[in-house]
Amino acid sequence: MADRRYTRTHEWVAVDGKHATIGITDFAQSQLGDVVFLELPSAGRKLAARDTFGVIESVKAASDLYAPVAGRIAEVNEKLASKPELINSDPYGEGWILKLELAGELPSDLLDEAEYKKVTEAAAS
Amino acid sequence: MTPSAPQRTPLYDRHLALGGRMVDFGGWEMPQQYSSIRDEHLAVRKVAGLFDVSHMGRFRVTGDSAQAFIQSVLSNDVSSLIHGQAQYNLMCNEAGGIIDDLVAYRSEEGFLLVVNASNREKDLEWLRAHAPADVSVEDRTFELALVAFQGPDAERLLPAEGLDDIPYFGFRRGEVAGVSSVISRTGYTGEDGFEIMVKSDHVGDVWDAILEHGRSAGVLPAGLGARDATRLEAALRLWGNDMDETVNPYEAGLGWTVKLGKGDFTGREALQKVKAEGPRRSLVGLKLRPGDIARHGAAVSADGRPIGVITSGTHSFFLGYPIALAMVEARSLQVGDNASVEVRGRGVSADVVKLPFYRGSARSLSEKKESRHG
Repeated sequence: MADRRYTRTHEWVAVDGKHATIGITDFAQSQLGDVVFLELPSAGRKLAARDTFGVIESVKAASDLYAPVAGRIAEVNEKLASKPELINSDPYGEGWILKLELAGELPSDLLDEAEYKKVTEAAAS
Repeated sequence: MTPSAPQRTPLYDRHLALGGRMVDFGGWEMPQQYSSIRDEHLAVRKVAGLFDVSHMGRFRVTGDSAQAFIQSVLSNDVSSLIHGQAQYNLMCNEAGGIIDDLVAYRSEEGFLLVVNASNREKDLEWLRAHAPADVSVEDRTFELALVAFQGPDAERLLPAEGLDDIPYFGFRRGEVAGVSSVISRTGYTGEDGFEIMVKSDHVGDVWDAILEHGRSAGVLPAGLGARDATRLEAALRLWGNDMDETVNPYEAGLGWTVKLGKGDFTGREALQKVKAEGPRRSLVGLKLRPGDIARHGAAVSADGRPIGVITSGTHSFFLGYPIALAMVEARSLQVGDNASVEVRGRGVSADVVKLPFYRGSARSLSEKKESRHG
């Protein structure tokens, strides 16, 4: 399993060679509450780091999704269309959102586990 | 006004122990959800769910002219109530705007009013300012706790005897799990069910016993998220969302609670005029496409013309699509019409549907009329 890195906007990215998997964090899903819908792009689209690539609707609110890294969308998790609750039940596993073919270097502002934990602790207090 | 430090109900520790995610609601720290809103919502619709509603304000109104006083400040006619009957009511200002919606319980001791948490202090002030010298208005919110057990199986699963003798909107004293309570057949979900008022010191025992007794049948503790979703499916209005002091009862579709013929009461003159001229706005129900969740305040238009705003909206896990209430220009939309609602910055299509969105197991003699507030 590749190391996960995080953004301050509560996405995660797991990089494996030239491939990256993207989702939202456990903290994000718990703050959003039950996810009911995702508006996602199609495979093939190119994303720059920090681009808005979609919207996640929970019972509470609609939130933008940001790309943690740059790349071309190789695959969109089609299961989320019928089972958006996978984001809640398994945010780092079956609830993944996109797979990307990486373009360029990883942004320098990605957080490691410990750094991200500090962000969530500050947000929760 | 919301105090800076939120209040906690006597069940606060239990909410934490059950994994409740606590949020500020009307100045109270209440559980938004325990397990998931979806599961809790479905438990209420299919079996039963248990809500802590101790945050709601409870006032006791007593004195020789208590009834005359209540008649003079509320919109409905309480003179027909016998001891052991409750009634949905509105309290209006002189302009006919809704100060609050509430349930009035008539007993031998006088009246008990159950009001919205966020309006408790405002209501208390209003009632005391209007009460004659021989009427006392006591705030009993902190001595009494209130839980709501709601769902099609609520009667079968509540650990109490002889519930069948309590009619819809009726109440009596009785024991729940051996604890002396006042049990009323009321609620805010559209389902059959009970609201149980007990002394704050004993509510923990009642709460535990109900959950324990119903666990194997699928009873769950349910939070504000499930409460909001079920009340919206049942088209029960929420003060602060669907109505407030700038909205009159006819606009909110609650004209049935206004008894103009009962004698004078605050707001009557203004309301008579609204009724004669017809309300300028009305509340309608909208059904949207999956994923298009209309949020409070979103613009509503028809034929390219702005006609109103969304007052409440959510995704209904039970119905499988998003639903919403909208306050729009009177007669601008009929059932079957199509409207456009702003969702995520663009207009999406919504169908005007009949209210309620869902009619649950709540029993009623006057099925179309009785309902209740939050």
